[in-house]
Amino acid sequence: MIVTSNLSKKYNDTTVLNIEKLDIPKGQSFGLVGNNGAGKTTFFSLLLDLIQPTSGHIKNNNILVHESEDWKPFTSSFIDESFLIGYLTAEEYFYFIGELRGQNRADVDKLVSQFSDFFHGEILNQKKYLRDLSKGNQKKAGIVAALIGNPEVIILDEPFANLDPTTQIRLKNIIKDLAEKRGVTVLISSHDLMHVTDVCERIVVLEKGQVVKDLATSEATLRELEAHFAG
Amino acid sequence: MIKHFLNLEWKQFFRSATMGKSLALKILMGFFAIYFMASFLILGVALYPGLKKAFPEKDPFIIVNGFVFFWILGDLMIRFFFQKLPVMSVKPLLTLPIKRSSVVNFVLGKSMLSFFNFLPLFAVIPFGVTLIYKSYDPMAVVTWMFLILIIALINNFLNFIIESLSSETELSFLPVIVLISALYGLNHFNIINISSLLSDGIIAIANNPLLLLVPIGLLAGLYFINFKILRKKLFLDSSLKTKVQEVKASNLEWTQKFGDIAPFMQLDLKLLWRNKRPKSTVWMLGLGLMYGLFFYPQPMYQNMVWFYAFIGIFVTGIFLINFGQFIPAWDSGYYKLLMSQNIKYEQYLKSKYTLMTLSVIILFVLSIPYVYFGWKILVAHFAAAIYNIGVNTYVILLGGSFNRKKIDLNQRAAFNFQGTGAVQWLIGLPLMLLPMALFAAAYYIFNFEVGVAVLIVLGLLGIVFHQKIMAFITKKYLDSKYQMINAFSQDE
Repeated sequence: MIVTSNLSKKYNDTTVLNIEKLDIPKGQSFGLVGNNGAGKTTFFSLLLDLIQPTSGHIKNNNILVHESEDWKPFTSSFIDESFLIGYLTAEEYFYFIGELRGQNRADVDKLVSQFSDFFHGEILNQKKYLRDLSKGNQKKAGIVAALIGNPEVIILDEPFANLDPTTQIRLKNIIKDLAEKRGVTVLISSHDLMHVTDVCERIVVLEKGQVVKDLATSEATLRELEAHFAG
Repeated sequence: MIKHFLNLEWKQFFRSATMGKSLALKILMGFFAIYFMASFLILGVALYPGLKKAFPEKDPFIIVNGFVFFWILGDLMIRFFFQKLPVMSVKPLLTLPIKRSSVVNFVLGKSMLSFFNFLPLFAVIPFGVTLIYKSYDPMAVVTWMFLILIIALINNFLNFIIESLSSETELSFLPVIVLISALYGLNHFNIINISSLLSDGIIAIANNPLLLLVPIGLLAGLYFINFKILRKKLFLDSSLKTKVQEVKASNLEWTQKFGDIAPFMQLDLKLLWRNKRPKSTVWMLGLGLMYGLFFYPQPMYQNMVWFYAFIGIFVTGIFLINFGQFIPAWDSGYYKLLMSQNIKYEQYLKSKYTLMTLSVIILFVLSIPYVYFGWKILVAHFAAAIYNIGVNTYVILLGGSFNRKKIDLNQRAAFNFQGTGAVQWLIGLPLMLLPMALFAAAYYIFNFEVGVAVLIVLGLLGIVFHQKIMAFITKKYLDSKYQMINAFSQDE
């Protein structure tokens, strides 16, 4: 589904990302871990064509992301709060995203209603603008918005950060469900090794922009990752 | 401590993403400043001989003091619209070992160095020197000059108090207009003769320097009030406090008529209505619509036909100019979202175009009563409206592709009374001056009808080539996509 070749990103001679080859097949739940500055967000930004690659390219379903925009209909993402529109209510935001992705209000309502326990009664029918919600609740709204319109590729940057423990567990179930039952390719990044090993069938470790480990998740993975990061 | 603050300010200016643009603007502002300084200097030099010549039997010093009241009112008005309290990002400083009072004192102290406070000196000093030369009591003249400086500073701090009070209200410019009109009215209708009272007071102080303590006391009082207001804002809870706004929902069904751009139009309308900053552009409509009333009732302007086009552009285009110049910065907060969503840039821009065009049409219809001052005005306004739709909308959209300064819609930072700054009007000038120049040239070389025709033809050309021009503009936006994303994700 996603093919990365000879991808690099430089800022004034400093290479922040350099991936020779990284293929992510359809329906895989893919986890990206690494310390600060390892290049996780850079990779996602390149994948979403928010920044330009210095060399190489990414193909999303055989579409070159920095040349065509045809990948947009089947790709959705939530990177940070700047993906939210602060002066809309959660419902309005969902409908807006829905309209952009060709979904009518009924479709959106149907999808969103599945997440009522995830929202924990704090998102819908609140008569509050998104900007007035807490960071964690904003994140929940953003993540669910990324699920609207049956995307085939979902990109979530640090989805577990800022969430309370209950919601983290619920989110893990949602992500697993997407990849296993619906064949969605899910890409997440995290600093939390435990969560990411729980959820992802494949984990790639980035270090200073390079892929240093590429693991199929097994019982030994968590220990291996911990050993790696312990230095 | 002040050294640290100055150092921070310096870095903030030179390391900002919009450095090039703000430098260019600063240079432009510099030219304006020089122009005003020169004007005031000439005024100061010419004031004494001029008044002596016009009113030989009166004392120029007394006449000037009679005008101080009107100067104070005008100065306050201008300050309200153009002078903003220096902005400083204080949040990172709050947890550091810095006294809150020194932050506040720094900000207030910096405001005293404002150009507005020095400008009067350019007129006051030459006038004062002339007075001494004409053998007035030097002591009294020096006291008088000092007094004028204190009054300028009083205005400086009074303005910030008015701004901080009125920034809470919806129609932020209403209180100052009411206050100034009330003072002017009291004086004009001789209910209280403030101007002559003030004049007497000034002369009394000039003759007895000890009385300077009164205005100095007033200044200190105002400084203290400002200090209090700002210090209160310096606690995080005033910015963290969850001031939850009640949602005003409306479904905006009527926008569906616009087809595929409907979602964006709904978004734009909500943007306008639910955020303080863009909302003020809506309130400006009323003010803009009245703009013609400043000119048309006066017989002098009735004969200045070439001026009609300017007013027409302004009256029908005020929303276009105020709203348009911040495209796409209005959406800067969530620009990454828009860029990664399944949207067509063309629809996004077309929604803005439609909104601006609608505003021009509505404003033209509302301005029809100006026909009372002559049918030529109506015709000129019509031509100006067509020109706005067919030319200015594109120009301002195109200008937007160079926009690199984000707007923080969720204004909560302390020290931020963001509203209309001087810069906003500078950008609008070419949009108004160019059509006025074209119209005036055609009017003088040929006649009124040709002038009108020139504007209409230009506008119609723009409307006919709509698709082509929009495609060109869309391409410009696409070309600068990465720079915009980068600039919009930076903090000030």
